[in-house]
Amino acid sequence: MPTRQHGPHAPAYGLIEPDDLSIPSRRRFLIAGALMMGFAGSQKAWAQAKGLGEQPTLRAITPGGPDKGAAFAGFAPGGFIRIPREGKVTFIIPSVEMGQGIYTGQAMMMAEELEVAFDQVEVSAAPPDEKLYSQPILKSQATGGSTSTRGAWKPMRQAAAAARTMLIAAAAQRWHVAPDQCFADQGRVYCRTNGQSLPYGALLDAVAGQPVPQNVPLKKPGQFKLIGRSPQRLDTPAKTDGSAIFGIDVRVPGMKIAALDICPVPGGRLKRLNDKGARLVPGVVDVLRTSNAVAVVGDHFWAAYKGLQALEVEWDQGPRANVNTKGIREALVNAADTRKPIVGGVIGDADRAMADAARTIEATYDLPFLAHATMEPVNATVHVRPDGCDIWVGTQAPTAAQGQVAKLLGMRPEQVMVYNQYLGGGFGRRLVPEHIVQAADFARQVPYPLKVIQTREQDIRHDLFRPAYHDRIAAGLNGDGLPVVLTDRITGGSVLGDYLSPGLPDGTIDTDAIEGAAETPYAIPTVRVDWIRENAPVKVNWWRGVGPTHNVFVIESFLDECAHAVGQDPVTYRLKMLANNPRSRNVLKVAARQAGWGKSLPPRSGMGVSLHDSFGSHVALVCEVHVTPAGIVQLRRLTAAVDVGVAINPNSVIAQIEGGVVFGLSAALFNEVTFTDGRVDQGNFNDYRQIRINEVPPFSVKLVESEEEPGGIGESGTVSAAPALTNAIFAATGVRLRKLPIDRELLMEKGVGDNVIGGTAGVAAALTRAVLP
Amino acid sequence: MPYDLQVNGQAHRVDVPDDMPLLWILRDVIGLTGTKFGCGIAQCGVCTVHLDGKPVRSCVLPVAAVGPRAITTVEGVGETPQGRAVQQAWLAVEVIQCGYCQSGQIMSAAALLGRNPRPDDAAIDAAMAGNICRCGTYPRIRAAIKKAAGLPTEHV
Repeated sequence: MPTRQHGPHAPAYGLIEPDDLSIPSRRRFLIAGALMMGFAGSQKAWAQAKGLGEQPTLRAITPGGPDKGAAFAGFAPGGFIRIPREGKVTFIIPSVEMGQGIYTGQAMMMAEELEVAFDQVEVSAAPPDEKLYSQPILKSQATGGSTSTRGAWKPMRQAAAAARTMLIAAAAQRWHVAPDQCFADQGRVYCRTNGQSLPYGALLDAVAGQPVPQNVPLKKPGQFKLIGRSPQRLDTPAKTDGSAIFGIDVRVPGMKIAALDICPVPGGRLKRLNDKGARLVPGVVDVLRTSNAVAVVGDHFWAAYKGLQALEVEWDQGPRANVNTKGIREALVNAADTRKPIVGGVIGDADRAMADAARTIEATYDLPFLAHATMEPVNATVHVRPDGCDIWVGTQAPTAAQGQVAKLLGMRPEQVMVYNQYLGGGFGRRLVPEHIVQAADFARQVPYPLKVIQTREQDIRHDLFRPAYHDRIAAGLNGDGLPVVLTDRITGGSVLGDYLSPGLPDGTIDTDAIEGAAETPYAIPTVRVDWIRENAPVKVNWWRGVGPTHNVFVIESFLDECAHAVGQDPVTYRLKMLANNPRSRNVLKVAARQAGWGKSLPPRSGMGVSLHDSFGSHVALVCEVHVTPAGIVQLRRLTAAVDVGVAINPNSVIAQIEGGVVFGLSAALFNEVTFTDGRVDQGNFNDYRQIRINEVPPFSVKLVESEEEPGGIGESGTVSAAPALTNAIFAATGVRLRKLPIDRELLMEKGVGDNVIGGTAGVAAALTRAVLP
Repeated sequence: MPYDLQVNGQAHRVDVPDDMPLLWILRDVIGLTGTKFGCGIAQCGVCTVHLDGKPVRSCVLPVAAVGPRAITTVEGVGETPQGRAVQQAWLAVEVIQCGYCQSGQIMSAAALLGRNPRPDDAAIDAAMAGNICRCGTYPRIRAAIKKAAGLPTEHV
């Protein structure tokens, strides 16, 4: 196996072995050893580069590939681009593909500046390497927070533009003409003076001697050939015929498959196990145990699953066996009543502004714990060998998986290889590698590769949840009814605190907990947003839309309350606060116009709107609903207007808005994770129900033309969904829902409850509580 | 116990327990992983395959209940006119996001067109409501089914 050597120039984004670009099954057996040495070498080079003050910029791109010993004979300018003598250019994509279309989006950015046609490229998942593939916004090789497009926008185009410049220089040298007499297009360099052209693959020897250019100008929006168009996504053809490989689909020689029994209460332990019956089940080959779980290993999943039924297991439930939703809720309220908050964002003197306001209004909002429920249950295939470990998985955080498994196994990170696969949904679920570490904990007990699959029930019950929140919000209005002061006191757990390995020190603000509240699209002169940290005895995690999904629901619902309280139209009211925010103002106007805002609707029907600027994008959503006398919410039409800046692939942007909104509506309508005696009550799609096609109405998304820097879009729709829905429900029924998911009983027509569910007394009392003061 | 299965026109002899769901035979014994595991209780539809052209949830279908019926999976459905039309429409409309549920969506859609070549919205809802998509591709699924059927569609 070749050893990686690095010259004086450290690689910008490093190099992976060419075989790593081929099919996964081939990769694993041929190349894992070489890769490990490669990473070790590159880390050393990185350390040297760092010592010289170098950052992963173009400066470090070395022609011909920095490692002469590598098997890849093509042009490898940095970590993202591989140009072979013949065949397609490969782009190595550091962001993971979980449906958002980032393989296509990042490939389009590079193809644009490299001047290759989109049918001349293919993509490969980046191996785990923070030094090479750390994403500039997250500062980690991870995919989340709608940062992939924003993080890649400059560096990837710069890398491709530099590579193109070097190829042009190589051709010019060959033809003895000045580089400015040459240009590149569709994978070839052309000469204006001699009329000749050469494909990139024919320039590999000449390009090796070219200097790495600095500060190559990037194209302006008017010059784009590919960006702004919507070519076929690179991943979708294989997803129509069953050939796409997700983590759960990986099959490696000698592999066995495990089904698990996991202590139903987190923090509990295995107390007693009798596996005699399980071992007698045909097809069962092993029964393994860790401190809090048992794995039955079979030739196939069914054997393992049958073996589980034959286990006799006793658990020590541990310290969380008394955790109940009611207690968690009470603790949140108690914390909000008694604890001192941490200041998040302050403009002006809120107490004084509130005292001076013509009118004040306040409300309390409550949000539930949420599971992710990706369609692909979590799973991992792990092969632990004495000298290393291979992991096949779809993860949003390959280096976190690598590092945590290495720690478990007592190995160096570079001994652990992660082969990332397509993710059958991420939504934050696959940012935390807990289930991968669990799989490794079993796999290290056996010599063969082990695929561990959690059942749907395990995937939901052992998820790390979106935190529950209890928020108290208030506004002081001026004589025109507009807010002159807004305060929002957020009480809930800290996702950042659970996510960061050292935790978040007490007294430190969790920026995620206040994101979407501390800064809104609106000009409100005085603002105070603070946070009371109340960690429930429940592990929490990022969930699609992160902080804004929670906070924008509260802000946008409450501003709707304010508008109605002063008898103003919710769209007009918002527009009055948007004089200084033309992009948000524009999307709001466009969405309202497209939706026919203000038109008369049948009884118990209404439109609601939401607006936010999250992840660098501006999104307005109008939701039209009808609420049946029995309190069933029927979605009638969805209309969004979006300004994402430059839309790299407009069709993908629209798809993300559609999908993100539907995802958010599903949760707002149906979802809450609750706990009884430490156990999660929900388990599968029967009791953690999801929206279905018959419940989703026509949806139109209007993309606003823009030449601003691209914003993130994967989570924006989810942020928009819940407030537009509940504002529409208010317009239809006069019932303000301040708690998610929506409570159908609150929406029943008076008297209907007698014949449907429960009695009218409870409904009437609830209505009284819920309707505006 | 040995079973002779016809999968995508090919004969497979498998020696498996009588109660083993077809899903796991396809995935773990025969090696056709296009058919997915989602819920195990016929709630989500990602495991949908055809038996003699009719859609079934393979995660709850014991092998003993298959009998001599021809099994078609997403890997083979492109050989049928409806399956091919659905796959092409799925790409033309760019339905797919993560893609994990889409094998099942495509199988349900192809079966729908097999029995109803010109489905209206109600027929689409009835045929597709058993298939969950967490990425929220439903508006495009509806549009793509109409496109595959040669019907006008307002989406995209």
